[in-house]
Amino acid sequence: MESLLRLSALPVGQTGTVLTVEGQGPLARRLQELGLTCGAAVRCLDRRSSGRAGCYDVRGTVLALRRSDCRGVWLEREA
Amino acid sequence: MSERVIALAGNPNVGKSTLFNTLTGMHQHTGNWPGKTVELSEGRAGGYRIIDLPGTYSLLARSPEEEISRETLCHGGCDAAVVVCDACALSRSLVLALQVAEMTKRVLVVVNLLDEAEKKRLVVDTDALSAILHVPVIGLVAHRRDSRRRVLRALDALFDAPPPTPLSVSYPEGACMGLCCDRGGCQGEALCIRAQWELAESIAAQVCRRSDGEAGFRPDDRRDRRLDRVLLGPVAGPLVMLLMLSAILWLTVVGANVPSEWLGKLLFSLEAPLGHALVRLGAPPWLCAMLTEGAWRVLAWVVAVMLPPMAIFFPLFTLLEDAGLLPRLAYQLDGPFEPCGACGRQGLTMCMSLGCNAAGVVGCRIIGSPRERLLAIVTSSLMPCNGRFPTLIALSAVFFGSSALIPAVGLTLSVALCALLTLASSWLLSRTLLPGGGAAFVLELPPYRRPRLGQVLLRSLLDRTLFVLGRAIAAAAPAGALLWLLGHWQLDGGNALALLANALEPLGRFLGLDGKMLLAFLLGAPANEIVLPSALMLYTAGTSLVAVPSLPELGALLTAQGWTAGTAVCCMLFALFHWPCLTTLLTVRRETHSLSWTVLAAALPTAIGVVLCAIVHFILI
Repeated sequence: MESLLRLSALPVGQTGTVLTVEGQGPLARRLQELGLTCGAAVRCLDRRSSGRAGCYDVRGTVLALRRSDCRGVWLEREA
Repeated sequence: MSERVIALAGNPNVGKSTLFNTLTGMHQHTGNWPGKTVELSEGRAGGYRIIDLPGTYSLLARSPEEEISRETLCHGGCDAAVVVCDACALSRSLVLALQVAEMTKRVLVVVNLLDEAEKKRLVVDTDALSAILHVPVIGLVAHRRDSRRRVLRALDALFDAPPPTPLSVSYPEGACMGLCCDRGGCQGEALCIRAQWELAESIAAQVCRRSDGEAGFRPDDRRDRRLDRVLLGPVAGPLVMLLMLSAILWLTVVGANVPSEWLGKLLFSLEAPLGHALVRLGAPPWLCAMLTEGAWRVLAWVVAVMLPPMAIFFPLFTLLEDAGLLPRLAYQLDGPFEPCGACGRQGLTMCMSLGCNAAGVVGCRIIGSPRERLLAIVTSSLMPCNGRFPTLIALSAVFFGSSALIPAVGLTLSVALCALLTLASSWLLSRTLLPGGGAAFVLELPPYRRPRLGQVLLRSLLDRTLFVLGRAIAAAAPAGALLWLLGHWQLDGGNALALLANALEPLGRFLGLDGKMLLAFLLGAPANEIVLPSALMLYTAGTSLVAVPSLPELGALLTAQGWTAGTAVCCMLFALFHWPCLTTLLTVRRETHSLSWTVLAAALPTAIGVVLCAIVHFILI
C-alpha cells in the first residue's frame, strides 16, 4: 500500500521515495543538489520533539532540515 | 614559461583543504564542518599555481561561492581541475566531478579519505572509475606524506598527453544547465540535476563494494548512526554537549593560570632592557617612560593574560569541530533560534565568542545568509569572553563567599543570562533593524572522524590564536601609551585620569558603580583583561596597572572604597554587557565593511548594560 506524504511528516525510521520537489527557487535547487531528486530514497533518522526540524539520510548524506524547508518535498512511503 | 593554474574543487568536508595544505605547505583552517572555506586560497606546488575553490555541492547555484568556482573553471583561465571526492560519499562527489568535467578540458579525480572508507568496510576501484569516466583517477589519504608526490605526478601526466574526452551526462529532453539560464531556476534545471545524480549513483554502484560481503555500495555507517541516536536525542544530546563545553571552559580557566603567570614574569622582565635600549638610541626620558611603562607594560599584561586561555580554548574547540560534533550542536540549538529569526549556527558562533569575541565574529562566516550573519555578528559581544572571566570570578569570590563552587555557579548563571539576552536581541533585531527571514536552514551532518591532534594544535595556533593576538597587540600598545599620558598629564586638581574619573562620577553612580570603575571600563577598551587592574590603579591613585592582589586584600580595598555586594552585582552585570573591546570592533568593521553595523555592535550591549545596571541599582537602593 503506498501513501503520499511530505518529507516533514516522514516518521522516524521510515523510508520514502521522492516523487517531486515543489518550487523552482534556490531552496528547491539546493535540496535537489544534495540528492533529493525524483526517485531518491530518504530515511528519517531523527525528529525534534517540537517537530520543527529533522535529520534525514539522503543517498548516504545526512541532512538536517527544518520542517518549513522540507515541506515541499513529496514522498511515496514504502509499504 | 608561465605557470600552469590548477583549480582544486570538491564538496565541503572531503579533505580538500587538507590536500591543499599537503600540496602547498601553506597553513589554512580546515575543519569537519561543511561550508567553512569561503575565501579563496592560493599556493604553489611543483611548478603549478593551485587555487583552492570554496567547497560546493554543485556548480549550478547562484551563491557567491558557486559563482567564483564557475568563473575560475570556465573563464578564469585555469589549465586543469582537480576534483577531490570522498570515498564514503562517492556518488555525491561524482555529481560535482561530472559538472566540472563539462567545463574544463583537463580533469584529475582524487578519491580521498580511503582510510575512512576502509574503516567502514568500503572498497573503491579507482581503475574501474577511471575507465568509466575517461579521466585519470587516483586514490589517496590526503594527510599522508606520499600524497603530494602522487598528485603532482598525476598532474604532470595529465599535461603530457592530449586530454581524453570525459564521460558526459546524457540529458533528457528539456533539461538545461543552470549556467545558460539567466532567470534564476527553471524546470529544466531539475531534470538536469536528476540526470547527473542518477549517472553518479550508477557509476558509484559499479566501482564501490563492501569488503564484508554486504550488498550495496554504501559504507558501513552503523557506528555513526549509533552515536547520532545519542547525540541527536532530546536529553542525552544536549547534556553531553553541555558537559563538553563546561569541561572546555573549566580547563581553560584553570589551565591558564600558571602559563599566564610565567608569561607575565617573562614579558615584564623585558621592560628594563627595553628602556635601556631606547635610552641608548637617544630617546628622551618621557618617551622612554611612555613606551616602556605605558605601551610595553599594558601590552605585556594583555598578552600574558590573553594568550594562555586562547591557546587552550581554541585547540579544544577545534577538536570538537574536527570530530564532527559542531554541526550536531547546531542542529540541537536550532530550536530556540528559529523563532528569533536566526539559525542554529549562531549557537556555534556564540560558543566561539566564549573564547574570544573577535574570533566569534570571524566564525560567523559559517552562516550563509547575510542577514543572519549580521545578526550573529552584532550580538556576538553579548557572550562573555575569556577576558571577562577574571573580573567575574574575582568579584563573585570576594563578595559572595569563597567556596570554589560560587564562581562556577556565577559563571554558569552569567553565560545563561547572556545566551537568553542574545536570543532576545536577535528576536528584537529581526523585527526592527534586520527584518526578513525565511532563510533556509540546510545542514550536512558529516561523518564522525577521529581528530588529528597535531594538525589541530598547529592550525588553531596559527589561525585563531596568532590572528587575535596580532590584533590585540595593535590595540593594546597605543592604549598603554595613552594611559601613561593621561596619568602623567597634570592639570588643575590632579592628573587627567583623576579628572576624568570625577567627570564620570554621576553616570557611574547612576549605574550602581562609581566614576573610577566606569573609567576603568573605558580604559579596558583595548582588552577586557585590564579592566580590574585599571580600576585598582585608579583606586590606589597610581599611574600604572596594579596586579590583582589576594582575594581578602581585594575585598578590603574595594570595601574601603565604598563597595557593597550591590556594587559588585552591578559591576558584574556591566562587565557582561558593555561595549566590545577594540579588537572585536575592528573585526566587526572588517567583516561587515560597514561603520553603522559596527556602531550597533557597540551600542547594543552597552544599552543592555545601562538598563540592567540602572534597574538593579534602583531596586537595591
